[in-house]
Amino acid sequence: MSLWEYANPVKFLKLSDKVLPFFASFSVIGLAIGLFWGFFLTPDDYRQGSTVKIIYLHVPSALMAINAWFMMLVASVIWLVRRHHVSALAAKAAAPVGVTMTMVALVTGALWGQPMWGTWWAWDPRLTSFLVLFLFYLGYIALWSSTDNPDTAADLTSMLCIVGSVFAILSRYAVNFWNQGLHQGASLSLDKEKNVADVFYQPLLFSIFGFVFLFLTLVLIGTRTEIRLRRAEALRLRKDRE
Amino acid sequence: MIALLHRDLILAVRAGGGFGLGMAFFLIVVILVPLGIGPDMVILSKVSVGVLWVGALLACVLSLDRIFSLDYDDGTLELLLTSPIPLEAVVTVKAFSHWVTTGLPLVIISPVLGLLLGLQVSDIKWVFISLLLGTPAFSVIGAFGAALTVGIRRGGLLLSLLVLPLYIPTLIFGANVASKGLSDISNSSSLLILTAVTLAAFSILPFATALVLRINLR
Repeated sequence: MSLWEYANPVKFLKLSDKVLPFFASFSVIGLAIGLFWGFFLTPDDYRQGSTVKIIYLHVPSALMAINAWFMMLVASVIWLVRRHHVSALAAKAAAPVGVTMTMVALVTGALWGQPMWGTWWAWDPRLTSFLVLFLFYLGYIALWSSTDNPDTAADLTSMLCIVGSVFAILSRYAVNFWNQGLHQGASLSLDKEKNVADVFYQPLLFSIFGFVFLFLTLVLIGTRTEIRLRRAEALRLRKDRE
Repeated sequence: MIALLHRDLILAVRAGGGFGLGMAFFLIVVILVPLGIGPDMVILSKVSVGVLWVGALLACVLSLDRIFSLDYDDGTLELLLTSPIPLEAVVTVKAFSHWVTTGLPLVIISPVLGLLLGLQVSDIKWVFISLLLGTPAFSVIGAFGAALTVGIRRGGLLLSLLVLPLYIPTLIFGANVASKGLSDISNSSSLLILTAVTLAAFSILPFATALVLRINLR
C-alpha cells in the first residue's frame, strides 16, 4: 500500500468520492464558524474600527493563493518525474482556484487599504509580488488552454510552472529591493510576539481551516471533472475510429 | 556551433528577417513617450531610465517568436535535434544570435535615445552599461518562452503573456543600476545582481529550453 496507488485514476475517483463530502463539510463548518465569529462576535479594533474584519477573508485567501501555486509546482514535478496523469490534471484544476484566491486577496486588500492607508493601491513589495503571481497564473492557464495535445500541454505547463516558480521567488526579492513596504509584516508566525491579538487570532484560524478545505474540495472536484473529460474524449476518439 | 551562429546571423540580417525592426520600434516608443507626457525635459529625464528599459524590453519581445518558429516550420529544428551538437548548445547559440541581432543594436542606439529624453552625456554610460548587461537575459529568457509556444499557431500574444512576467527581476535590477548610477548612489549591489541574473539565465535556462523543444518536437 503506497501513496502512489492513488495515481490510478479509478482509485483516485473512488477515494475522492469518499472524502469529498467530508472536505466540503469541513470547509463549510470552518468558514461558517470563522466568518460568523469573526464578523459578529469580535470587538472592533481600537484604531482600525470594523475594517479589521476583512482579515478573515484577506489572510486566508492570500495564504491559499501562494499554497495553490506551491501545490501546482509539486504536482508538476510529480508529473514530469512519474508521469501520473492525475497529478498533471490536479495541477490544471488548481490553477483557476489559485487565480481566484489571488484575485480575492488583491480585491479585499484594496478594500482594506482604502480606509486604512488612504489608497486603493500602492506599489508595495507584497502587493506587487501578488500582482506578479496573478500574471504567472494567467500565463499558466493560457498555456494550458492553447495547446491541443493534452500530454504536451501537461509537459509544457509543468516546465512553465517550475521555471516560473524560480522567477516568481526572484521577483519577490527583487521587489523588496525596489521599494519599501507599506504592508505590515507577517501577521501569523510562530513568534508569538508579532501575532495579531488572540481575539482576532482564534476565528482567523477557523477561517483558514475553512479556506484550506474549500481549496481541497474545489481542486478535487476540478480534477474529477478533468479525468472524466479525458475519458469522454478517449471514448469519442475510439468511436470515431470504429 | 560557429557555423550555426553564422547561419542564424546571416538569416536574420538578409532574409527579410526583421533585423532593425526592433530598433525602429524602440525609436518609436521613445519618440511617443514625450508626445504623450509633454516636452518638459525635467520630467522626461526623470522617467528616461524606465522608458528606455521598458522600450528595450518590448522591442526584444517583439522579435522573440522568430528565434525558433521559422526553423520549426521548415523542419530545420528537427535536423538540428539529430545533429551531433547538443540541443542545449543550439538553444544557447540561437539565443545569443537573437541578442546580437536585436539586443545589441538596442544597446548601441540607447545613448542617442537617452539624449532625446533629456539625459546628461555623463549619465548615459549607466543606461548603456545596464542595458548591455541586462538585454542578454531578455534573449535567453525569451528563448524559453519561444520554445514553449513554438507549436502554437499565432502564439505571439501568448508568448508575451508568458515571457513578460519572467522579465520582471531583470527589469527591476537593470533599471535600478541605471537610476542609482544617475543619482550618484552606489549601485554596485544591483550591478552584481543584474550580472548574476544574466549569467545564471544563460547557464541554466538553455537546459529547460532544450527540454521544452524536445517535448514540442515529439
